[in-house]
Amino acid sequence: MFDIIWLIPLFPLTGAVANALAGARIGRKAIGWIGCSAVALAFLVATVLFFRLTGLPPDQRSATVTMFGWIASGGFQIDAVFLADPLSILMALVVSGVGFLIHVYSVGYMHDDRGFGRYFSFLNLFVFFMLVLVLSGDFLVMFFGWEGVGLCSYLLIGFWYEKKSASDAGKKAFIVNRVGDFGFIIGILLLFWSVAGQGVQSLRFDAVFDAARHLPPHTLTLVTALLFAGAIGKSAQFPLHVWLPDAMEGPTPVSALIHAATMVTAGVYMVARNSVLFTLAPVTGEVVAGLGIFTALFAATIGLVQNDIKKVLAYSTVSQLGYMFAAVGVGAFSAGIFHLMTHAFFKGLLFLGAGSVIHAMSGEQDMQRMGGLYRPLKATAITFIIGAVAIAGIPPLSGFWSKDEILYEVFRRGHPVLWAAGLLTAAMTAFYIFRQVFLIFSGPSRADEHTRSHIHESPRVMTVPLIVLAASAAIAGVFGFPFFKGGSPLHHFLSPVFAGGVHHAGAVAEEAAAGHGATAFILMGVSVVAAVTGILLAAFLYAEPFRRRAPSGLHPEVLAKRFTRLHNLLLNKYYVDEIYGKLIVDPLTRAARTCLSFDLSVIDGLVNGTGWLTRLTAWFSHQFDIYIVDGLVNSLATLVRYSSGVWRGLQTGYLQNYALIFVVGVLLMIAGVLVVI
Amino acid sequence: MTAGNFHIPILTLLIFTPLAGAVIVALLPSGGNRRPRAVALAVAVCNFLLSLALPWGFDATTHRMQFVERLPWIPEIGANYLVGVDGMSLLLILLTTLITVIGVLCSWSAVQDRVKAYMACILIMEAGMIGVFVSLDLVLFFLFWEIGLVPMYFIIGIWGGERKLYATLKFFLYTVFGSVFMLVGILALYYAHGSLTGQYTFDLLKLVEVNYPFGLQCWVFLAFFLGFAIKVPMFPFHTWLPDAHVEAPTAGSVILAGVLLKMGTYAFLRFNLPLLPSASIAFIPYILILAVIGIIYGALLALAQKDLKKLVAYSSVSHLGFVMAGIFAVNQQGIDGGILQMVNHGLATGALFLLVGIIYERRHTRLMDDFGGLASVMPLFAVFMTIIVFSSIGLPGTNGFVGELLILVGVYKASVPTAVLAATGIILGAVYMLRMVQRVILGRVRHPENETLKDLNYREFLTLVPIVVLIIWIGVYPKPFLRLTSTGTAHLVETVQSKHAQLMAERQHTAGYQPVSAVFSDPRGTNATDSARPHSVRIGSARIIREEL
Repeated sequence: MFDIIWLIPLFPLTGAVANALAGARIGRKAIGWIGCSAVALAFLVATVLFFRLTGLPPDQRSATVTMFGWIASGGFQIDAVFLADPLSILMALVVSGVGFLIHVYSVGYMHDDRGFGRYFSFLNLFVFFMLVLVLSGDFLVMFFGWEGVGLCSYLLIGFWYEKKSASDAGKKAFIVNRVGDFGFIIGILLLFWSVAGQGVQSLRFDAVFDAARHLPPHTLTLVTALLFAGAIGKSAQFPLHVWLPDAMEGPTPVSALIHAATMVTAGVYMVARNSVLFTLAPVTGEVVAGLGIFTALFAATIGLVQNDIKKVLAYSTVSQLGYMFAAVGVGAFSAGIFHLMTHAFFKGLLFLGAGSVIHAMSGEQDMQRMGGLYRPLKATAITFIIGAVAIAGIPPLSGFWSKDEILYEVFRRGHPVLWAAGLLTAAMTAFYIFRQVFLIFSGPSRADEHTRSHIHESPRVMTVPLIVLAASAAIAGVFGFPFFKGGSPLHHFLSPVFAGGVHHAGAVAEEAAAGHGATAFILMGVSVVAAVTGILLAAFLYAEPFRRRAPSGLHPEVLAKRFTRLHNLLLNKYYVDEIYGKLIVDPLTRAARTCLSFDLSVIDGLVNGTGWLTRLTAWFSHQFDIYIVDGLVNSLATLVRYSSGVWRGLQTGYLQNYALIFVVGVLLMIAGVLVVI
Repeated sequence: MTAGNFHIPILTLLIFTPLAGAVIVALLPSGGNRRPRAVALAVAVCNFLLSLALPWGFDATTHRMQFVERLPWIPEIGANYLVGVDGMSLLLILLTTLITVIGVLCSWSAVQDRVKAYMACILIMEAGMIGVFVSLDLVLFFLFWEIGLVPMYFIIGIWGGERKLYATLKFFLYTVFGSVFMLVGILALYYAHGSLTGQYTFDLLKLVEVNYPFGLQCWVFLAFFLGFAIKVPMFPFHTWLPDAHVEAPTAGSVILAGVLLKMGTYAFLRFNLPLLPSASIAFIPYILILAVIGIIYGALLALAQKDLKKLVAYSSVSHLGFVMAGIFAVNQQGIDGGILQMVNHGLATGALFLLVGIIYERRHTRLMDDFGGLASVMPLFAVFMTIIVFSSIGLPGTNGFVGELLILVGVYKASVPTAVLAATGIILGAVYMLRMVQRVILGRVRHPENETLKDLNYREFLTLVPIVVLIIWIGVYPKPFLRLTSTGTAHLVETVQSKHAQLMAERQHTAGYQPVSAVFSDPRGTNATDSARPHSVRIGSARIIREEL
């Protein structure tokens, strides 16, 4: 029934390979068609599987499809497994659906780029890896997708590789992610050997989750904490958030797809996928929720003062991801996934809208040089505002429902402090996004003459995806609408995954429905008030008609002057990059240099020293040889020669000498004899 | 055992084809560089095709040596011409024959001087390397080990760079220094075996049947260690490597990194573990420490380099630290991963040297700062570099991931801190490799000389394609490769564990000073191989030990 699941990632892979090999020869049109249709086909197959899934009774909506044995060594057997269940198919739909729209948009946005084929190849490859990530039925297959999207992120952030800032940003993204992955992989190892202790030698989700129930709590806490480290990297949470704002160096559709709608949400998906483990490790859950809300607030404060159109959205993404982590941290997994989905729509929309603005402004990204763009860019402006209303949390748009559910769940599960921080963040969110809206679209234009003359609305290929996304962002709330009979449909759909067999699906729905009583309505009201406050504040500060009526102290420049230090702190993003530079990058560089000189002087010095010592010894023995050994031999020879010189006198060869000696000898002998006698 | 269902002495052919080829190349009439190149290429390709017959006829279900040939050689001392392969050596032979073809191809235009001698050297080199991987007789092994040294000495010394004499002397003396100790170790084993069994032989298959006394094992281990660790090279014996690489011509570097370094790690697996199991287990903590130092230290050094070849050379120190850690995890995953990683490193690092050689031939510089922006002028080059770099980083989907993962799985079981520290090497690997990518192929073309560089030609393309195919094949479907080694690895682990347990049991009987559990975990009670894992029974071969105990 789900055997065709492998087709979902296969189409984008084929598209990627086709465009990589043939991209240089076929025209732009063909490249665009291949790229878009590959993702469209994936979406189609995912839709088919979605309906097959809903055709089954809820407790049977899970099927694993084993493709082939991947890594096998002794008891370590990893298969390439796909998993079809409500969560994976929903994610596949979001990824391929939003992905398709962004592909279409890219055809227009990247039209004049000379790397057109390369771009679509990378983008398809990304969708492939992302689909493998969400459809995998095994930790390592998931890791395969996880790292693969990291690769594509690297390639696409640095797409304009001639720009140093772009290649720097790509490198930074990959390395920071690796830091998180370090935790992820250690977590997988720990998990494998822990469940192996239970007699389960597998990293398949179903097997691991079954065995995990018997693991000691501290092991589970450690495992989930390590897995979460991976999520911190991928989903750009504090303290590993630093790569995401820089990632805006990539083409804007890439920011929309990878760095807003899909890849960065992989961490949230991963935690949700491991809901069984995280439910069993409540301590980690608290950490996840706390860090999530902290990041949400932290990033939102930075977003308040940024002037780059994409940087605002980047910090906004970091902040919204924090919300999602807060949800999954407190155990409200489906709320987290709901926000993931609506965020994919409205943040994808906002980024694409920003891209359309940048396109119109001849590449200008500084909002201080924009303004007055509502009239010339009507389609862009209206869709952008819809996205802004959605993210600000104004009912009935999608963002309101998903964000409110998170705040409600956080509150309901006993975290009032986190709820308050989340509420504050919501107000800030409304403020910074409407600050952006007003800066871009309202008032007079602050652009220079040349740019102003070139302002034009984007082509249809770009505006149609905007409209579709705007519609989705507006109405997607219906999936999580809590007042249906039986609770929110999305919640209901996902409950077999998150109930983990503990609860009955119906019970979960009842619980959810029962919970939405008076408290829920009060909290909703408070949320709306917060959002409206944020919007009004933004209006007083940045929107022309309101500005004139604002109290005298309420002016951006006045405020910036009054709170100079705070303003600088925010403008410089709390100096986190600078701190990392001082604390990590510099010491690492220094360590590398120290090691190098140590290697050259000490270790190689020892080697060379040994060589030198050998040669010194050789020299000494050479001297010894010459003066002592050879000297002895030579002096012996000399001795012989000298002595022979003495004796030589005797052996002259002259007969008369011999005769003389003979006579002398005889005479001496006679004399001797005579003396003796 | 005879040659099994193969009646052709295929291993002997694999050794002597390149030797004969070397003679033919050397005897070619002088004049013209084309002919020696063509002949050498033909011989290398033939040998490669011949080696492909090995996996064809190989039975992966047994750990026994296959394609065995045995001829009396010096019967007076018990030395035989004894060759055979198991899965591990088979993989390394395939790597050798492939790398040799690539080595000949990449020297095509880079070497213009004394081509005949050069090609002959490469072919002799191949014979020596294959000889090392098939020898099952210690004297024969030693002979091939030393034979391989000589052509490399000439390749660096004659066709090398500016400081070639220093580099080649260092390389040669360092290795010989180590092999002297190795020879002493071999002789010690020879006499020990003789005195224990009355049979004096260098036959590995016979030597391995005896469990040597612990003290002797330790001394021989140290002697072997010196010989092999220098070859690997392990920290702190690595400083010959960057010099040799920097001065060697491209093919020299490719063969050095691709195959020669694996002789060291191979020898650890082939000799130290099965012959000296208790010593190996006793030395685990020290080897793991050196391996981890090598991983991190090598990575840091790579990070500080300006010269591309030095960068790649130091990255080898780091990667081989991984291999050593895997081997000395002494379990199935660690060793399987270690063997696979030997192949992976040979492919990826060999390819990196090819890439460096390709741009060196065009620009006659290896400094990273002299490049930049090559992606614009050499797009194909950039594609290959990216793929190979990510293999080296160990990205899933490439071979590097499978090897590193298995190593980490194995090492984690043996020692958690080691695994954690080793895994930091994965972060650092990304740092230095991506730094290289950024400086060489990304950015703008800063030097006008680089604006007219030609992209890869067909020959260069052809040297890189098989490597990239293997990188992805092993990354996506490593099973055929792992299948070759897993039976042998399982048997090796079992041998080590059971011999060690037996020896410790004997010692306990005689001395009676240690509880069984302490003996099992370590003769000195210091290592962590078996702490806190009560359920490891089904993995590896701990079962055997438990039964025996």
